[in-house]
Amino acid sequence: MTAPSLRRRFVAVDRVRALGAIYVVFGLVLLMRVAPALPDDPERFLFGTGPDALAWTFRPSTTTVVIASALVTFGALALVRSGRLVSGGLVLGGVLAVVMLLVASLALSPNKSTNLVPLFIQSLRLGSPIALGALAGMWSERSGVVNIGIEGMMLAGAGIGFVAYALLNGGAGGLPLYVAVLVAVAAGGLFAALHSLMSVTLGTDQIVSGVAVNLLAIGLTSFLRSQVLVPLNADSATTLPELSIPGLSSLPIIGDLFSAKPIFFLTFVAFGASAFVLTRTRWGLRVRSVGENPHAAETLGVDVMRVRYQAVILGGCIAGLAGAQFSLETVGSFDDLMTNGTGFIALAALIFGKWRPWPVLAGSMFFGFARALGVRIQLLNVEVAGFPLPSQFLQAVPYVVTMVVLAGAIGRAIPPAAIGRPYRRPG
Amino acid sequence: MTGAGRHVLEVEGITKTFPGVVANRSVSFDLAEGEIHCLLGENGAGKTTLMNIVFGLYRPDEGTVRVRGEEVSFSSSADAIAAGIGMVHQHFQLVPTLTVLENVVLGAETVRHGVLELASARRTLADLSDRYGLPVDPDALVGDLSVGIRQRVELLKALYRDADILILDEPTAVLTPGEVDEFLSTVRELVGMGKSIVFITHKLREVSQVADRITVLRNGEVVGRTTPAETSEEELAAMMVGRQVSFTVDVGTSDPGEVVLEVSGLVVDDNRGHAAVRDCSFAVRAGEIFGIAGVEGNGQRELVEALAGMRPVVAGDVRLRGRSLLGLDPRRIAELGVGHIPEDRTRHGLIGAFSVADNLVLNRYHRPPFARGLVRRRSEVTAHAEELVATFDIRTPGVDVPAAQLSGGNQQKVVVARELSRPLEVLLVAQPTRGLDVGSIEFIHRRLVEIRDRGTAVVLVSAELDEVLALADTVGVLYRGRIVASMPAAEADRHRVGLLMATGSEAA
Amino acid sequence: MTTIRATYLRMAPVSVPILAIVTALAVAAVAVLASGSDPLVAYGALIEGALGSPERIATTVGRATPFIGTALAMAFAYKAGLFNIGAEGQILAGALLAAWVGTWSFLQGWPGVVLIPVVLAAGTVGGFVWGLVPGVLKARTGAHEVITTIMMNFIMSLLAVWLVNSLDPIILRDPDVSVARTRPLPEAARLWELVPGTKLHLGLFIMLGLVAATAWVLDRTTFGFEVRAVGTNPESATYAGMNVNRITILAMALSGAMAGLAGAGHVSGAEGFLSPGVFVNVGFDAIAIALLARANPWGIVPAALLWGALLSGAPLMQQRAGMSTDLVRIIEATVLVFIAGDAMIRWLFRIRSNGEVSTA
Repeated sequence: MTAPSLRRRFVAVDRVRALGAIYVVFGLVLLMRVAPALPDDPERFLFGTGPDALAWTFRPSTTTVVIASALVTFGALALVRSGRLVSGGLVLGGVLAVVMLLVASLALSPNKSTNLVPLFIQSLRLGSPIALGALAGMWSERSGVVNIGIEGMMLAGAGIGFVAYALLNGGAGGLPLYVAVLVAVAAGGLFAALHSLMSVTLGTDQIVSGVAVNLLAIGLTSFLRSQVLVPLNADSATTLPELSIPGLSSLPIIGDLFSAKPIFFLTFVAFGASAFVLTRTRWGLRVRSVGENPHAAETLGVDVMRVRYQAVILGGCIAGLAGAQFSLETVGSFDDLMTNGTGFIALAALIFGKWRPWPVLAGSMFFGFARALGVRIQLLNVEVAGFPLPSQFLQAVPYVVTMVVLAGAIGRAIPPAAIGRPYRRPG
Repeated sequence: MTGAGRHVLEVEGITKTFPGVVANRSVSFDLAEGEIHCLLGENGAGKTTLMNIVFGLYRPDEGTVRVRGEEVSFSSSADAIAAGIGMVHQHFQLVPTLTVLENVVLGAETVRHGVLELASARRTLADLSDRYGLPVDPDALVGDLSVGIRQRVELLKALYRDADILILDEPTAVLTPGEVDEFLSTVRELVGMGKSIVFITHKLREVSQVADRITVLRNGEVVGRTTPAETSEEELAAMMVGRQVSFTVDVGTSDPGEVVLEVSGLVVDDNRGHAAVRDCSFAVRAGEIFGIAGVEGNGQRELVEALAGMRPVVAGDVRLRGRSLLGLDPRRIAELGVGHIPEDRTRHGLIGAFSVADNLVLNRYHRPPFARGLVRRRSEVTAHAEELVATFDIRTPGVDVPAAQLSGGNQQKVVVARELSRPLEVLLVAQPTRGLDVGSIEFIHRRLVEIRDRGTAVVLVSAELDEVLALADTVGVLYRGRIVASMPAAEADRHRVGLLMATGSEAA
Repeated sequence: MTTIRATYLRMAPVSVPILAIVTALAVAAVAVLASGSDPLVAYGALIEGALGSPERIATTVGRATPFIGTALAMAFAYKAGLFNIGAEGQILAGALLAAWVGTWSFLQGWPGVVLIPVVLAAGTVGGFVWGLVPGVLKARTGAHEVITTIMMNFIMSLLAVWLVNSLDPIILRDPDVSVARTRPLPEAARLWELVPGTKLHLGLFIMLGLVAATAWVLDRTTFGFEVRAVGTNPESATYAGMNVNRITILAMALSGAMAGLAGAGHVSGAEGFLSPGVFVNVGFDAIAIALLARANPWGIVPAALLWGALLSGAPLMQQRAGMSTDLVRIIEATVLVFIAGDAMIRWLFRIRSNGEVSTA
């Protein structure tokens, strides 16, 4: 990954200005075109259900004017100044832009109120597979191996795990379901092992190797689906059961968050464990060192190849778990290309989170929010210019967000130094 | 000097070949307990290869290694470390994003239930720092440390592993003259405390200062074994190079003309956005070599890249015969008569996969006669290359061979030939002889003097103080991004310049 | 013995891809056996389906035609050090624009000499723009082209689905047919069929011309020199006065343009309209083909033909051996695994790469 490094700083300064300019333009458009077009009758965001739920009542047009003015102000500030305050303003502006999106959606919808709590819970649910994918990428990339193959490893987990489930008991739940989850994890690990063999041992270009993994996963899972699943007619299997955390799940407003399925909960456990292992254990230290300076690690007797294999395969197992979340936890069937680009969005979240566990989790949830928002807007029957907002536009939201985030974030995100470079033992 | 005890390390009949190169041919070497044994040789003589074999990084094709009398066969450096060998590599082997403490424990971590146990390591490190007089901040990020401190961390890494055989590979290459003296006395102290040391170097002065015994390598073979008492620097030099060498280029007298290049108040940022060059000013006249001395990392790279147009200038001005170069791209600057021999020839100066011929027109491929419109004219490129290969004595199997296949010296000759084969007002030269053998060094030095005599203003940046002192007509000292002093060569002596390099001022 | 071995090693540029294909077929044969079919029957049907008659051969070549353009796009970007996974989006962008422009009412009635170039140019522009965006993002912000091009693929495929499927309002959809596709191009805007009744059309020669042009540009022009320099060592290229950002952007956009032209050729030649799903996975195929050809423009032609053969032979294989056509995808993926940097095949068959001089 050879980005011309010489212009970095220029870019950083430009980026603040460019963002400022975008804010100003966006704010002006809101002020002049959007605010007059929106109704100004009170509408309500609810936080919970029932008559005494928490609510925020607002007038769409007036609110738009307020938000737009703030955006113009922050943007103009960024055009003439730089520093902490300006960056803070830009971040706040980003939050306001999201609020604006919600306000506009509700205003353009026939509905007069909408409950935001399920939206946030849905964000976490949809963010969970992204987060697991990103965590898979984090382990691989912190050890110095680029992993474009996350998508394929997830797909392999989803497909092979489900095939195992269908073969074991036709999708009737029980112990075979849990065995199938383990098979999914193993399948992800196996594809990761292939990635390691190619990119670590054989020195193949890591991107090429990742692409090969993806293509193989697509081919193999489609083949298995048409050869195994279609004849078995396995398309409505029992999924993993929902768990409720006693006490927490009966909390007001956010209680629903704590009634969810096991892999969802495991996401957070996996992040906690990964953060701990990465920073506090011997193996974590070694992973970090081989990703930054493999030669130094080698001179200290660390087996660079072995650490990379371990990290990539661990990542693959996590990706396999993320795959199981699709077929075994959520849907109860397997479709071709069912992971639908989640593995690639996960890579964007990984970059967004600068390869560090907690920020990566936050970044993933941000993408989860983008997906959830798309669904919500669709449910609200938002109409623009007399036509319903096309569902494809909403489906595209996470992809557009990914591009914007990448363009905005990567200049400041410094990847592990040895990433992408095959390591050859000297002599 | 201490008397030699029993042998702690014996190397016998080591041969190691890489594809196309014999790095070591039947080399034997031994190290007695409590001595400093200098391994002397030119760049590429095979010193580092030999020690990498001892340290378990390479496997020898033939030969044996014995540690404390026992034959060993290391399959990785872990084995060598376990046998009490520590190595400080020429290119520091540190992880910049980790702390000093993490770097020190890496590979030798103590754990409790799989969790890093750093408290005891911290105590051990503090003890070692005290005992050997090597203070460090254990929680500093290595990436933020100066080269001098990084070297301390490297030594501590070896000591932390209880190494009693220390291999120091060109340890002084990045230090100021003052730091070198300090470092050599540390080395002496280490020996006093029972360590045995292999000291790899190509610097004769250091050899006579610290060595108990000397082994000289040339082209992968041992060509002499001696002690400082029995020999002289001249003899060592002859042994190392294989012929009588003077090491002093006949620079003649310069006849500087008017000012060609004027740098004033220049500010340039490094890759991380910190100012690396701050308020730097100097002027270079036609027919003068302006040598810039300084410890690496004081803004040399950023200065040269900014002058060549490869890095944006934050403030200040650069004028070529009165005309500002600010905002011009590298191509325009080159076309105005600024040549540039970059610091890292493989990263900047050449495209290794391209042929020698293409590399010789790397910055003129688009101009006649090498292209007509958008179409390249390969016969012209080849003819041009053949001519330069002859005039600059570039040793290559042919002009169509990829540049990567040439030796370091010949690669550098390709860069030099390309830059010197066109009329120049100014030549920017950075670390022109790094990693080269003596023959190539002499050749390049002579060429620099020649181009100066033809009236070009030469800016020479080198980490080798000796090189600057030998070639420069005017010596400037770069310290923390500023030229803190500049003086005629006659007034520049090692001590004075060394002090300026280390402290930025002449007041000790 | 030694001479046999030496010849074996010298043949590597040809033998490695062939061994990769053979090994991939062997691996896929395991999948066939595991599903209870006879690999010989399956492969026999595959070959017969691809090459069994002049019409079948013509179909194979017709299937290969767009692959030549997309793989070339990938290879060209690769020479500039860019990994363009976006051929799928770019070919779709080109096809979409070509299908739209070709049905503009004021163009109807013009002769083919005008219409065909207009349609092809529209496709080229569409691909160019869709390649330009990741190029600009890469050069200006450092956003890695692998991820941005994948995102651009998703966005384009959603855009195409919306434009072609939408009934309320109708945008590009042909209301006269029940399936979702664009209105047909006028007959004059169609590239001529070479073999009647097959989808082999004049676009083949356009693609071959593109191959020749690309090879010439890379090899003989200053721009090609710059592209290769930036691709091998951007820092040296900067030092040599090349504008790395500009070359990066241009290379990516031109790469997209090649894919776009392939898309226009497909619309104008093979189909006469666009159905939004036709190019699914084309991008990954392009990568595999380009790598199989080692990014050599002329090598792409046989590699693309192989792909065309696998795809056009698959239905007969399904019919005769009851194997899902997805088997072909496994074969393709396995070829890519084995060819990926060819290290795997060299490792399996003990073919060492040429002695690189290590700098010790």
